[in-house]
Amino acid sequence: MLRFLHRWPGLLAAVLLIVIALGGAALSVFPALDRLTRPAVVAGQSVAELAAVVQAAHPAVEQIRRAPSGRITAYWFDGDTPGAAVIDPQTGADMGSADAGAVESWLKSLHRALLLEDAGRWTVAAGAAMMLLMAVSGAMLVARRMGGWRHWFAPQRRGVSGRWHTLLARVAVAGLLISSLTGLFMVAATFSLTPDDAANPAFPATVSGLTALPAQDLPALQAIPVADLRDLTFPVADDPTDAFAVTTSTGSGYVDPGNGALLVWADNGPWQAAWEWAYLLHTGDGAALWGLILGLMVPTVPALAVTGGLIWWRTWQSRPRLAGMVAADKAQTVILVASEGGTTWGFATTLAQALQTAGHSVHLAALSTLSPDRYRSAKRLIVMAATWGDGDAPSSAKGAVERLRAANVPKGMELILLGFGDSGFPVYCGYAATLHDTAQAKGWAMPLPLGRIDRQSAQNFARWGRDLGAHLGVALTLNHQPQAPRTQALTLTIRRDYASPDAPVAILRFALPQSTLWQRITGQGFARFAPGDLLGILPEGSTLPRFYSLASGHSDKFIEIAVRQHVGGLCSNQLLSLPIGAQVSAFLRPNPGFQPDRSAAPLILIGAGTGIGPLAGFVRTEGARRPVHLWFGARSAETDLLYAEELTAWQKDGRLDHLTCAFSRSTAPRRHVQDALRDDAEALRGLVTHGARIMVCGGREMAQGVQVALADILAPVGLSPRSLKAEGRYAEDSY
Amino acid sequence: MTPMKPLFAALALTTALVLPGLAFAKPVTLTVNMNSYGGRGAYLAVYVTDPAGAYAGSLWMAGGKAKYYRHLSDWARFTGSDPAQVDGITGASVGAGQSLTLDMDLADALFDAGYTLHIDAAVEDMRDSPNEISVPLTAAGAGQAVTGGRYIADFTYGF
Repeated sequence: MLRFLHRWPGLLAAVLLIVIALGGAALSVFPALDRLTRPAVVAGQSVAELAAVVQAAHPAVEQIRRAPSGRITAYWFDGDTPGAAVIDPQTGADMGSADAGAVESWLKSLHRALLLEDAGRWTVAAGAAMMLLMAVSGAMLVARRMGGWRHWFAPQRRGVSGRWHTLLARVAVAGLLISSLTGLFMVAATFSLTPDDAANPAFPATVSGLTALPAQDLPALQAIPVADLRDLTFPVADDPTDAFAVTTSTGSGYVDPGNGALLVWADNGPWQAAWEWAYLLHTGDGAALWGLILGLMVPTVPALAVTGGLIWWRTWQSRPRLAGMVAADKAQTVILVASEGGTTWGFATTLAQALQTAGHSVHLAALSTLSPDRYRSAKRLIVMAATWGDGDAPSSAKGAVERLRAANVPKGMELILLGFGDSGFPVYCGYAATLHDTAQAKGWAMPLPLGRIDRQSAQNFARWGRDLGAHLGVALTLNHQPQAPRTQALTLTIRRDYASPDAPVAILRFALPQSTLWQRITGQGFARFAPGDLLGILPEGSTLPRFYSLASGHSDKFIEIAVRQHVGGLCSNQLLSLPIGAQVSAFLRPNPGFQPDRSAAPLILIGAGTGIGPLAGFVRTEGARRPVHLWFGARSAETDLLYAEELTAWQKDGRLDHLTCAFSRSTAPRRHVQDALRDDAEALRGLVTHGARIMVCGGREMAQGVQVALADILAPVGLSPRSLKAEGRYAEDSY
Repeated sequence: MTPMKPLFAALALTTALVLPGLAFAKPVTLTVNMNSYGGRGAYLAVYVTDPAGAYAGSLWMAGGKAKYYRHLSDWARFTGSDPAQVDGITGASVGAGQSLTLDMDLADALFDAGYTLHIDAAVEDMRDSPNEISVPLTAAGAGQAVTGGRYIADFTYGF
């Protein structure tokens, strides 16, 4: 619902709001210009003194106005010719034209009425209302995405969809809220929808009729400082029954020209006071600096409109288009999708097509439509659920858990759950797990354990597809590539082989391809990358890329990975036998969840086997500016101690402060990296309590072993890998 | 406000001095030509005062937003800016360089009896111009253009 409220008004109002916002931003300059160019204010001047100064210069003065900015304008007649000017309150001299410039007038008319009359004002008001709706719903979306209002300004993860949109919105939303609210209030006042309680005193019943005194001798005007003045209208010269009409920021009244008495006074009501505040906040007239700040926030509207439109377009593009889909009550398999950004739909479509190929009839729908009673022919229900933020339901699945809890479990129907998430989050696939627990409590038949897909991993998905195929008794090949990668040819320049007897390993270095100007500007291709990002390689004879952690960054001017040969592994076999000068098809995928932070806190790197790749890269890039400690597990010093020479050199030049190697197959002592950690428990506790950040890279089993070991090691100081993850101090890349 | 004359007492119910289709009224055309004063549309209050200079009633209000009526300062003084005074006799504001033509039936008793027709004008962000037109209602004055001061080029009433 929140998304709906954010999306549709946004798309409808985009053009309108861009016009209003640009007009408003341009107008915001004028109060500042006015503040710079207007004559200096005379400190402590009273209205009586000002009136006298102006009257001396222009005896036939009729009216003096003071803008909130402090600019004073006088209006008079020279004989029959009306005159007006901005006045220097010190001397009464004319200092320039009283009328707003043509540009300002045009902009004002554009900004508040699209150069039209009342219809334009209403249209602009509708735009402001939509902007208010979007600011509120957008702020709530941001709070939800960031995991609460407290984390409003927390750093965002790189590569998240709509990152720019969120970044701009977080800065500008306050200004947009204030602009739209005050704008709406002013429109309402213009159309008398709010009570008009501005002071409106009746003209006094009697005026003294005495000969007018000089203005500076009138006590009532002496009592009003110029700083409070809005308007002073002089009595008609030859009419003894007329009086001064004076309006200040708080009210208005009449002053007797003969004796200077305040004849009548009335204060503004609360609505008028509110209007004055709305005017100040909206225009910056009287608060030039605020006006400029607001003026800087408002031009984000076009940028927000464009980036927001792109998000919508991408989501819309990734909607499922499944040919041959059958109705919900006819399908053997019903696939329900809970997607936030739309990517899960792509996976679901791949699964649906594979099942169709295997002869199944399939229905594909959003999880929010869940109603098991309707699936009369279904033998199985497959739910593919993304997670939003910290384990929340995606918007397309609102209420699904409740529906699942309320629904009867149909006989003979099984439920298969697949979660999509990011293992970098403390709660990984949290929403799918909630669905899983709910279904289990209801007694659903669940033949497969809860599957988990990490960061849209095509490998994870293919593996899960094999499990599902085995269960269904069909060969199910799920080859899903979310966005067909645009590959570039990389040429192998250097290779170092480690002749580990049962599983050879190699460090492969490729030449950095030349980036085009466009790639450099947009950061596409290999224009920007860091150790820990992923190199996708398309092996010959396959469309499914394999991913390897990069051991080098862009500044190293080469692309380096560490590869272990897997038995029957298509890609690793091709790479291990790749001759110097040969090429592979490759592309870059950023891996923002596995990057060192920018602090100077110590870095604890833990890895085994080819997991050393990105860790070596981190030593290279981070070692010079912060303490780095590495625990590295290999089989033996002789076979696969990758980067042995570099590690020695880095220890010498101080980039690596501490190195512990654990060998699992050497003579003695035999230990895994997690054993080495336990041996160094004291040192690790010391580092972590001093703010160290931990990064783990390697096989899944090793990563789990490390987590268990660290949980034990850190328990005495009240910390755990989980709590460190929540603080963003524990990153893991396992495979 | 001073008490109105008996003739107007009945008319004051509508606050207008207009008597549609009555025998003792005659059709009158009011024409206001505006200067090119270089601002937004002007608000104009057209009203009549009696021989004693007291407010007798309003004939027309050009400008729809009551919030701004206080800038028609003489009219506002007479009426307390009461929008009910111009209920049903309100039209659009009049742009610079344009003209406003009003056809109405005015009571015969208004002419050659010391009544004065006034027009107050005001424009956003520009000076207020109360009593810009002030012209006695006489049979002889019909068809004679009266020049304005700030916003109004001239004003004519004719039978």
